[in-house]
Amino acid sequence: MITPMIVFQNVSKIYNPNVVALDSLDFKISPHEFVSIVGRSGSGKSTIIKLLIGEEKPTKGRIFFDGIEVTKLKSTELSSLRRRIGIVFQDFRLLPEKTAYENVAFALEASGRPQSEIEELVPQLFEMIGLKNKMSNFPRELSGGEKQRVAIARALINRPDVIVADEPTGNLDPINTYEIIKLLIKINELGTTLVLATHNKDIINSLGKRVLSLDEGRLIRDEEQGRYTLS
Amino acid sequence: MITLIFRIIKYGFVGFIRNFWLSSATLAVMILALIVMQGLIIFGTIAKTSLVSLQDKIDISVYFKTTAVEDDVLKIKRALESLDEVKTVEYISREEALIQFKTTHKDDPTISQAVEELGENPLSASLNIKAKDPKEYPAIAAYLNNESISTLVDKVTYSQNQLVIERLTKIIDTIKRGGLVLIFVLAGIAVLVAFSTIRLAIYSNREAIGIMRLVGASNNFIRGPYIAEGIMFGIVAGLISVLIFLPLASFATPYIKVFIPEMNLSSYLLMNFWSHLGTQLGIGIFLGVISSLIAIRRYLKI
Repeated sequence: MITPMIVFQNVSKIYNPNVVALDSLDFKISPHEFVSIVGRSGSGKSTIIKLLIGEEKPTKGRIFFDGIEVTKLKSTELSSLRRRIGIVFQDFRLLPEKTAYENVAFALEASGRPQSEIEELVPQLFEMIGLKNKMSNFPRELSGGEKQRVAIARALINRPDVIVADEPTGNLDPINTYEIIKLLIKINELGTTLVLATHNKDIINSLGKRVLSLDEGRLIRDEEQGRYTLS
Repeated sequence: MITLIFRIIKYGFVGFIRNFWLSSATLAVMILALIVMQGLIIFGTIAKTSLVSLQDKIDISVYFKTTAVEDDVLKIKRALESLDEVKTVEYISREEALIQFKTTHKDDPTISQAVEELGENPLSASLNIKAKDPKEYPAIAAYLNNESISTLVDKVTYSQNQLVIERLTKIIDTIKRGGLVLIFVLAGIAVLVAFSTIRLAIYSNREAIGIMRLVGASNNFIRGPYIAEGIMFGIVAGLISVLIFLPLASFATPYIKVFIPEMNLSSYLLMNFWSHLGTQLGIGIFLGVISSLIAIRRYLKI
């Protein structure tokens, strides 16, 4: 049997005193899967991501990443977990004073990779995201879609097992949205597990992949080849 | 590992340069604290030299009755020398005393004549006693009061300089204590200001810190640059404080020399330059690192 990539076991997160962000969540994600998490704002999508990377601890329940219990990791061990999970955000979170190249290289520097490796790897990734000619541009000189592609490159640079994309297309027009989703599908096809949190109906319906539907912190539906059915 | 340390230093340096105005305020306070510290260290040295030079000038002189036999006096000399408190005992025989008296007063014919007319040596033999520590003179004086000795003794002169020395010691102690308080206050302010600077640096970098965490930077990589920045504050403040202090000291040297001829401040500082610089750098780095650690502990959540 294959070890699941991500396991949430009866996970609850309650912010005091009685704001329930997640309520007894149970799901598994296998390696190489492409899973979308849908739900309205405040349904708990972002909380799942925070718990997964150990930024917050669940009030109840256990979380496993590739067999490792995330909830039991010490703060010094979290950094190596985070290198195995690449995260992409709606607001890109690029450093404005660094060029596109430096933003991506930064992630490698932080994990202590030698300079020669950085100089070899980063341009390769820019080629993959189709922005090789914009490596030395600053984020302000890039369009929304281009920024998001740089952010994806940064998430990919440590060759993570999982990419978690939190509303990656929220700030993008339909054409760029399509481009980004196409890129995410490509990354998934190359073997990386993909978790996509979104409330974009069109994306979900066109993907035809597994969908977890959340409502007020509870998992109300888990369907293979799901569709966006929230009202 | 070396790449990582190099990068930490690089980012620390970048932070230091970027917050230049903020950094310079921090540096100014740190330099002030370090200069006062140097002042106090030098004051301590000056005080010690002046005390030693003064202490060397006090002694106890025991004048024996003219009837006292030289052998008895020498016996007492040996007994005194065997005391732990005593540094040296100098014996001045009656003849030597007369010669000394005559040389001192050779320009005064009435006195020389008076001595000639007396026919015999009116001066007494004496012992000149120096203690290892000025605090021990009372003990030695008490010893001389011992009956077996006091029958031979004409008079004991002691404690002429004692009062001066006691006062000077007190003044020096008070200044040192006051200086120490001042140093602690200034060091406290320096730490607070450096702490605020680093806290602001952490605050303005919060986005970068958040991203570092997301991409899996180790805790040391995130914290390191701020520690490096604190160390840089210390190094730069230490260097500048020494650079400011040296000319000040050489300016003050002639004035100090008037009071304490044995003390040449400039050459003392030049002779001890490296240890002096090392101390300043050490204290500066210590203050910087302490500030960074407090700021990181309180504001950098990993």
